[in-house]
Amino acid sequence: MGNGILVYCEFENGSPRKTAYELLQKAVALGAGPVSALVIGGGDTSTLGANGATRVFQVDAPQVASYSTGAYVKALAAGIAASGAATVLAAASSPARDAFPRLSARIGAGFGVEVTDLRNEGGKIVGRRPVYAGKALVDVNILSAVGLFTVRPNSFPVAAASGGSAAVVAVDAGLTDADVDVKVIDRVAPANKAIDLTEADRIVSGGRSLKTKEQFDEVLRPLAAAIGATVGASRAAVDAGLAGHGEQVGQTGKVVNPSLYIAFGISGAIQHLAGMRTSRVIVAVNKDADAPIFQYATYGIVGDLFEIAPLLTAELRKHS
Amino acid sequence: MKIGVCLKQVPATDTRIRVNADATAILTDDVKFEINPYDEYALEEALQLKAAGKATEVITFTLGGADADPRIRDGLARGADRAVRIDDPALAGSDALGVARALAAALKAEGVGLVLAGRQAVDGDGSAVPAMIAELLGCAQVSWVDKLTIEGESFTAQRAAGGGVREVVTGSLPAVVTTDKGLNTPRYATLPGIMKAKAKPIAVKKLADLALDASSVGAGAALVSFSNMGQPAARPAGRILKGDSASVVAELVSLLHNEAKVI
Repeated sequence: MGNGILVYCEFENGSPRKTAYELLQKAVALGAGPVSALVIGGGDTSTLGANGATRVFQVDAPQVASYSTGAYVKALAAGIAASGAATVLAAASSPARDAFPRLSARIGAGFGVEVTDLRNEGGKIVGRRPVYAGKALVDVNILSAVGLFTVRPNSFPVAAASGGSAAVVAVDAGLTDADVDVKVIDRVAPANKAIDLTEADRIVSGGRSLKTKEQFDEVLRPLAAAIGATVGASRAAVDAGLAGHGEQVGQTGKVVNPSLYIAFGISGAIQHLAGMRTSRVIVAVNKDADAPIFQYATYGIVGDLFEIAPLLTAELRKHS
Repeated sequence: MKIGVCLKQVPATDTRIRVNADATAILTDDVKFEINPYDEYALEEALQLKAAGKATEVITFTLGGADADPRIRDGLARGADRAVRIDDPALAGSDALGVARALAAALKAEGVGLVLAGRQAVDGDGSAVPAMIAELLGCAQVSWVDKLTIEGESFTAQRAAGGGVREVVTGSLPAVVTTDKGLNTPRYATLPGIMKAKAKPIAVKKLADLALDASSVGAGAALVSFSNMGQPAARPAGRILKGDSASVVAELVSLLHNEAKVI
């Protein structure tokens, strides 16, 4: 039986992502033994200790310079074995969502997928996760010696780091080039890199009533830019070609968890609500006063979005 | 090459969910089921690969009882050649790994060279089974693919890697590929397709047919259990802002700034 919590900390441009601090701090708050960090690849690990890690296990090798399922699953398994942790947490990012189910099968560890809450029940960590796109929630109980959880970003608050430092332990995962089973041959970053919808803290979203792609872009994107928000869309808007399929919020799109979700011309079909109902503050602008989204909105405006959106963009610019 | 398509039936996405008395699952008595929307992309891609001469046969694989047959027939009507349904009482209470073990055994028994599955099933939203199948089969996996090319023994796939980044990846078959929206436009069954599907076989397999030990699946082998299912608390009633456009916008920004403190 292992002891303590290991947090898989992802890096971006050489520094830990915000989700690493979110999970380290939550791991400390759970009070289930020592908290350590797992880092795959290089980067500045100096801030991990201040956020709660007592040790940093690091797997660094040329094979993990970019993500591949084979090399990362092997590195994760080696890091977990070296740490002796009973619970492993990772943000539900694209790499973790790809690697963790395979890791679960490899090491025989129970896996809670995209939990939004964690609690300590007599030393056992229990996860709680949305199912049916958030229409229901269920506890995930781990029955194996080691438990894995991916955690939806922005599930827990991040406080200022409170000091402390961590010793770095290098872990040799025995990686070879054969472990890089699927090779990335091209990577195209968008010109103006927005935060991914699933990690965004602010989202501006539009429905089919924006009518054309041109109007969607003209009305919503400057508003999003004014507050550093990521743009989302309803399924109807995506199906009508107003936005890309990667921008769809809802049961068959992205499930989002921002502090602020502003919905323009979105009626609030159950499939859409399922994808954004956990947003802390929801603003709805719709000309139909009976639209279901108003039952979920923190603040609602019944009106013409083409009139409201430019005014709101101008007003928000004063605050940014 | 044979292509295996994992097909699951899920409650229609507009279903209102109600939880059972044990708080372990939803009530399904008056729920309308449909093919998991993401699995439709998997099936369509398989059918297009076969039409392009990249595959000889498209077989669907489903775990469950005869109540799934209408969805399996729908898959056959759209063009799948035949179907395998794994149904054994020992599977009751299986977690994702138990389900993956049963599907992997059936896929292996058929000698499938490419496995296509939806990126997630929109019921449990677990998105774990395909990667577990890949691990059990010891082959490559690629998640959330929205463009796929098969050339001989290798594949090239594109996917959204998060943050708007697009990745192009390549690897060797056999492989498990999960399919995302944008890959293709799934076809509907045609009337001739529906007629033809009536003659296509659905082979029902027991664990013994797959040389799978009953102790490796079911509740006894599960690594996780689920409990305490409930519905999220209703959101507190919101506020409709009233007045002319300029004043409601000013009020909204003030509320976002001073009350909600999100701006």
